[in-house]
Amino acid sequence: MNEQDKILSEVTQSDYKYGFVSSFESESIPKGLNEDVIRIISAKKNEPEWMLEFRLNAYRNWLKMTMPTWAHLKIPEINYQDIIYYSAPKQSAKYDSLDEVDPELLETFNKLGIPLDEQKVLAGVAVDAVLDSVSVKTTFRDVLAEKGIIFCSFSEAVQEHPDLVRKYMGSVVPSSDNYFAALNSAVFSDGSFCYIPKGVRCPMELSTYFRINAANTGQFERTLIVAEDDSYVSYLEGCTAPMRDENQLHAAIVEIVAMNNAEVKYSTVQNWYPGDKNGKGGIYNFVTKRGLCQGKGSKISWSQVETGSAVTWKYPSTILLGDNSVSEFYSVAVTNHHQQADTGTKMIHIGKNTKSTIVSKGISAGKSNNSYRGLVKVSKRAEGARNFSQCDSLLLGDKCGAHTFPYIECENNTAILEHEATTSKIGEDQIFYCNQRGISTEDAIGMIVNGYAKEVLNTLPMEFAVEAQKLLQITLEGSVG
Amino acid sequence: MSEHIDSNTMKYKLISLYQQNLQQINEGLPERMNKYRDQAIREFDKQGIPIKGEEKYKYTDLMHAFGRTYGYIFKAPNITVDSKTIFQCAVPDLDTHTLILENGWYDALNNQHAELPEEVVACSIREAAVKYTDLFEKHYNQQVLEHPESVAAFNTAFAQDGMFLYIPDGFVMEKPIQIINLLRGSNPLLVNQRNLILAGKNSQAKVIVCDHTLSQQNFLSNTVTEIFVDEHAVFDFYNIQNQHNQSSQLSSLYIQQMQHSNTLTNTLTLHGGFVRNNVFVKLAEEHAEANVFGLALVDNKQHVDNFTFIDHAVPNCQSNEMYKNILDDEATGAFNGRILVRPDAQKTLAFQSNKNICLTPTARFFTKPQLEIYADDVKCSHGATIGQIDEDALFYLQSRGIGGREARMMLMYAFAYEVIRNIRVPVLTERYGELVEKRLRGELSRCEGCFVHCN
Repeated sequence: MNEQDKILSEVTQSDYKYGFVSSFESESIPKGLNEDVIRIISAKKNEPEWMLEFRLNAYRNWLKMTMPTWAHLKIPEINYQDIIYYSAPKQSAKYDSLDEVDPELLETFNKLGIPLDEQKVLAGVAVDAVLDSVSVKTTFRDVLAEKGIIFCSFSEAVQEHPDLVRKYMGSVVPSSDNYFAALNSAVFSDGSFCYIPKGVRCPMELSTYFRINAANTGQFERTLIVAEDDSYVSYLEGCTAPMRDENQLHAAIVEIVAMNNAEVKYSTVQNWYPGDKNGKGGIYNFVTKRGLCQGKGSKISWSQVETGSAVTWKYPSTILLGDNSVSEFYSVAVTNHHQQADTGTKMIHIGKNTKSTIVSKGISAGKSNNSYRGLVKVSKRAEGARNFSQCDSLLLGDKCGAHTFPYIECENNTAILEHEATTSKIGEDQIFYCNQRGISTEDAIGMIVNGYAKEVLNTLPMEFAVEAQKLLQITLEGSVG
Repeated sequence: MSEHIDSNTMKYKLISLYQQNLQQINEGLPERMNKYRDQAIREFDKQGIPIKGEEKYKYTDLMHAFGRTYGYIFKAPNITVDSKTIFQCAVPDLDTHTLILENGWYDALNNQHAELPEEVVACSIREAAVKYTDLFEKHYNQQVLEHPESVAAFNTAFAQDGMFLYIPDGFVMEKPIQIINLLRGSNPLLVNQRNLILAGKNSQAKVIVCDHTLSQQNFLSNTVTEIFVDEHAVFDFYNIQNQHNQSSQLSSLYIQQMQHSNTLTNTLTLHGGFVRNNVFVKLAEEHAEANVFGLALVDNKQHVDNFTFIDHAVPNCQSNEMYKNILDDEATGAFNGRILVRPDAQKTLAFQSNKNICLTPTARFFTKPQLEIYADDVKCSHGATIGQIDEDALFYLQSRGIGGREARMMLMYAFAYEVIRNIRVPVLTERYGELVEKRLRGELSRCEGCFVHCN
């Protein structure tokens, strides 16, 4: 057994660091999905009639659809009647200060390393903490409100800003878009809503922590970000989930609308429970994320670090509708044990002189499979479109797989599209070079992997970059520094 | 126009055509060839005619090819015409052993002048099925069965004739062998040609395949070629596609390589209304090397789709792949290149590159390179680009007194030359270059060499 094999076997033996269950009470409805369940969810959230209609429409569409099978994934059949579609922490009253919050809930956050109070002071990040489905605590609202920024839970937004929600919800991801989007549109529990008015530059990084808690509860959040003309916002989303034996379903929707010269930066660190080393349990993560560069010169950039989930099916996409709009996609996806990831992006060029950049780095270890699937489409009237795509794969171990499925569709001759992909493993010469300078093999692999992912990690906001690096290390525990 | 028939109706029509003519198809052929037919037609039934949207045929709808009305010839024709009177090769001065097929049927009359070395076996596949039973039994349809493909299965069900070529162990062919398939007739025709080529251990051979249409009818040629390359053999396969724009061409090429073998395939598409090329290469033993190249120059409303699948089944093999397309007018092109590195196929080197130029706003191109890798100690890469002629390079040439049109031509030729220069027959490289240049200048009529002068 050589050094690298030893490290790899250590990797496969490491357990999930964030596996625990908080046992505070939560309020659930019975398992199963039908129109009544949707009505109950809607009623519990005190939603207006149009919202219920939206949900029911989506549900009816969903019934006609079948689960997509084109992804390079092996997904056991999911029994959608065996899932609880709504779960809320029982004490859902609003709090004025942290003292009133359920101490166990606070403890959960502490275990996650996100002490709300400390973050308030030190990081200057407003956290809209979603525990299971209902928003429990929102901080820094006052600071944001002064600038006219609306940052609240989705349910609150439905109550307080129904016009905005109605106008933009479903405008980027229609409820009939795909199987999981339809499911989410029917049963979504909560999520975040963010509205940046014209000309406002959001003074802080907005962030939300999603967390799946009560057993057998699918989490169906919905995020909607609207950036008006000349505004800017950077939005962070991070996830960890407790250890669980049964597979949990997660189907989220993220919609972003960017108007003239607006810029939205959306960063994700995803570290849900990936299942144990035998491939048992873990989260199914089927997410539809899409941004619309509606205005001229608008920009949407996606950065993601994907280390968790048993199965990931996720393609943050951008529709470049406005002339001169720009989109970027930076991704690091790490899979270990029996994890499967089929992730990538779609860049749909419609406006003139639109630009997109795709940088995707996949790292596979153990017996995992990691696929990049990306579409670059240049429509007929997208004069002067420009795309550069790069997808690299790094293999750690000989039982894992790395795959790329890029689709490039060009209907305009003025487009310049480039795509390149490489697959390799860490070179023995690279490790030897580090070794002879007194760096242990383990540290060397850590350095190389972090260096390999650096191009993407650098695009994350500072607070996140640190966490992302940690996550990379934990996921590849034993091999990485 | 029968183009609006849906693919299912067409499928059942073709299956019933098979059932009605089975006796005639089987006639004169041994069981070892006929035994695959029923299974093949079931496969065709299962898969149907691939239509747009299916993953492998994402950008190509085969109903364009199958949706028309064709005639069939189920009885071996009696060829009495000297091929030289009806056809002259567009590649002159090429010193080759020339073998002729007409509508997929082996032309025994004209092929007696091929002057092949005694050791080499060249005959119709009908004859081989009877005469060379061991070789036939061992190799016929084996590779097709590994990759159940609708069009190949269709061919297996209907195939009655084609080319059989056997290069014995240790034999080195000095001159290339040229196989010319002439499509002619007074009615539209569907041709299922079936070729089997075996290159023995340590042998060396080069085969050039040309397809020509001699009459202005709708042709659908559905060709399947299985090539088996044994240990240490070096084998080249050049395919020149030059048919008129009402024709459809489906070509499926299967190559299996044993240890230390080396192959080169080069597909040059000059003309053809609707072209789909499937290339399957299996590197079945260690230290095999496959070079897969292709160049397509398409205009009008032509459609060219190249699909390649390179299977690295064992360690220490290498594959190089390069496909280039130049699209003019309203042409559409597609490329789908799949590379599979199986578990434990360590030390694999697999490189793929796909570059395309769209000359007009109405030309469209779709590309889908695809790597599937299950081994860690490998070096694999792919690159794909779609763009135009570099304006800076154009300016550079113009600033040196070269006219705009000529400069553009030079750059296009240089773009194409990257594929051409990989040809391992020097004289063919030259001829290829000339053909491409003529084609780019619009001087190469699609029926060059044809005496019919129908257009």
